[in-house]
Amino acid sequence: MAEAGGITTESVAGDRARAARTMLDQVVLPGEELLLPEQEDAEGPGGAGERPLRLNAGTRSRGRVVCGPGLRRSGDRLLVTKCGRLRHKEPGGGSSGGGVYWVDSQQKRYVPVKGDHVIGIVTAKSGDIFKVDVGGSEPASLSYLAFEGATKRNRPNVQVGDLIYGQFVVANKDMEPEMVCIDSCGRASGMGVIGQDGLLFKVTLGLIRKLLAPDCEILQEVGKLYPLEIVFGMNGRIWVKAKTIQQTLILANILEACEHMTADQRKQIFSRLAES
Amino acid sequence: MKETPLSNCERRFLLRAIEEKKRLDGRQTYDYRNIKISFGTDYGCCIVELGKTRVLGQVSCELVSPKLNRATEGILFFNLELSQMAAPAFEPGRQSDLLVKLNRLLERCLRNSKCIDTESLCVVAGEKVWQIRVDLHLLNHDGNIIDAASIAAIVALCHFRRPDVSVQGDEVTLYTPEERDPVPLSIHHMPICVSFAFFQQGTYLLVDPNEREERVMDGLLVIAMNKHREICTIQSSGGIMLLKDQVLRCSKIAGVKVLEITELIQKALENDRKVRKEGGKYGFAESIASQRITAFKMEKAPIDTSDVEEKAEEIIAEAEPPLEVVSNPVLWTPGTAQIGEGVENSWGDLEDSEKEEEDEDGTDEAIILDSIKMDIGVEVSNIGSQDAPIVLSDSEEEEMIILEPDKNPKKIRTQTTSAKQEAPSKKPVRKRKKKRAAN
Repeated sequence: MAEAGGITTESVAGDRARAARTMLDQVVLPGEELLLPEQEDAEGPGGAGERPLRLNAGTRSRGRVVCGPGLRRSGDRLLVTKCGRLRHKEPGGGSSGGGVYWVDSQQKRYVPVKGDHVIGIVTAKSGDIFKVDVGGSEPASLSYLAFEGATKRNRPNVQVGDLIYGQFVVANKDMEPEMVCIDSCGRASGMGVIGQDGLLFKVTLGLIRKLLAPDCEILQEVGKLYPLEIVFGMNGRIWVKAKTIQQTLILANILEACEHMTADQRKQIFSRLAES
Repeated sequence: MKETPLSNCERRFLLRAIEEKKRLDGRQTYDYRNIKISFGTDYGCCIVELGKTRVLGQVSCELVSPKLNRATEGILFFNLELSQMAAPAFEPGRQSDLLVKLNRLLERCLRNSKCIDTESLCVVAGEKVWQIRVDLHLLNHDGNIIDAASIAAIVALCHFRRPDVSVQGDEVTLYTPEERDPVPLSIHHMPICVSFAFFQQGTYLLVDPNEREERVMDGLLVIAMNKHREICTIQSSGGIMLLKDQVLRCSKIAGVKVLEITELIQKALENDRKVRKEGGKYGFAESIASQRITAFKMEKAPIDTSDVEEKAEEIIAEAEPPLEVVSNPVLWTPGTAQIGEGVENSWGDLEDSEKEEEDEDGTDEAIILDSIKMDIGVEVSNIGSQDAPIVLSDSEEEEMIILEPDKNPKKIRTQTTSAKQEAPSKKPVRKRKKKRAAN
């Protein structure tokens, strides 16, 4: 399952670090080392310190390469820490940076990450903060002032057991995660307490990322079926609400099943539903 | 780890769905989930999957001295363990209540019903008897552990073969499996537990609750029966009051279900026996498919969509016709424009301001935007093509739209001692308007 295509470079010491460029969209395993384009040229076929002469030196930008989820910097190389497919995105600006590398992996257990929007369940109210379960190892803390329009006298109406949609401001492995329901300008932008009805269910993290990708067909097709409200949390939780219970259940089942269906099967199911 | 709490909205949804006789996975009220039985290479080892709930059963035997007051009977030992991989809430020290309850129920179901002939387990009276030990491990918890465990136990016992023993006078010979074929246990009948979950103080009942339904149930009734319609055990927990006819109805349903399950078990045992006799491959490696990314398969749940069409037509008929969309913005200064008439200043009431804003904008938006309202903080992609007003709270861009250019949007705490000005009441909205007009 792991064999790569070409192995273009081997460092002098003999360890099999491969060029990141050749491993794109292939499966990488934890422990593999990847070389970035600059190092690859430096250890090129010239050997013995000779640098190949490049006529168009300078076209490939040598800016900062961003190392995304699943990768870690070790020395001057990238070390893979999760198994999955290696992806790369070119920088949008054109000249700034060297792009982003990351590993697309699949898992069900969520680890809080700063900036992620998640759905949490309020488990306790203690003094000034709410304890919110987000599916991680610790409950996150949410201050009651972190809602739009909240003041010391005007507390938000949050009960134990309510659903909250918020984002993390502090999320690292050394501290308890903290979340807020307000963005940096002080506006809610859709965050806050999620309404009373509807169904909450759990899916894998990979499916959520797929559904939240910019041109997701699944969501467009689902939207054509009937009016609905839907909230995606990056911690694997989805909240759905449609006009009737039957429709809500259908939506929940479709979204859960999308994980394992191919595009054709999905189109079949949607066409069947649209007819009936 | 602590168990994930059940949110209020899930609880409410589940109870409402049950009132409408709908279950999360599309089953009917009296339907069981798919039961799958697979056997291992050893005799007495099996895995039972009831939907996603998985139990592994293993039977083993040993020659021991009998109990003093039961010198001619073999010994049965049952043990159910909740493995930590079954649910995050199961931890080595923490599961005592549930564990004790399940173990007691299993023992009563299998031991007290005398489904296994213990006299046949005696080898030398008073000295040597067989001790049969049934170990059950819960591998995944998706509700209704007791049913899956009882099926696994009885299947493992039926599948098990003990070494053959012969007694000649004082000599006892124990044959290895190579010398003589192992002998099955003598089982009189197969008791199987059927669980009924009750909701809303006994008004609604579901067979084979899954994990979500178990969390919101009021009480549980477990009936252990065999295919001859003999009740082996009944247990009602949760403290709900059950009527006599409810219990009788449940026992009738249990009778039907047990018949089906017993047939399934017989078929599975028969298949396995055939495969072993013909020398084919058997064991877990064959029965658990290995070409999958994940271990769980989503069974196609039959979804009843027959009433979706009618409801859709009702919805369309009742929906309001699309409101007129104002398409001419009034430009006040470069960068600020006004679309529509705007709404009344509600800043006197901070708590409701957010909700009111959203309500008002909802009526202004065209029908197309009704189809998806995604609260994920990303702007809706088709807003740019419409002339509908952009809600301040949804958009991440800095477009500001002055809704009421003639009113001051900020609540100014003026300390004027003017007789007209009274700050902390809701009336000032109107008073300010007049004041402006006067100015």
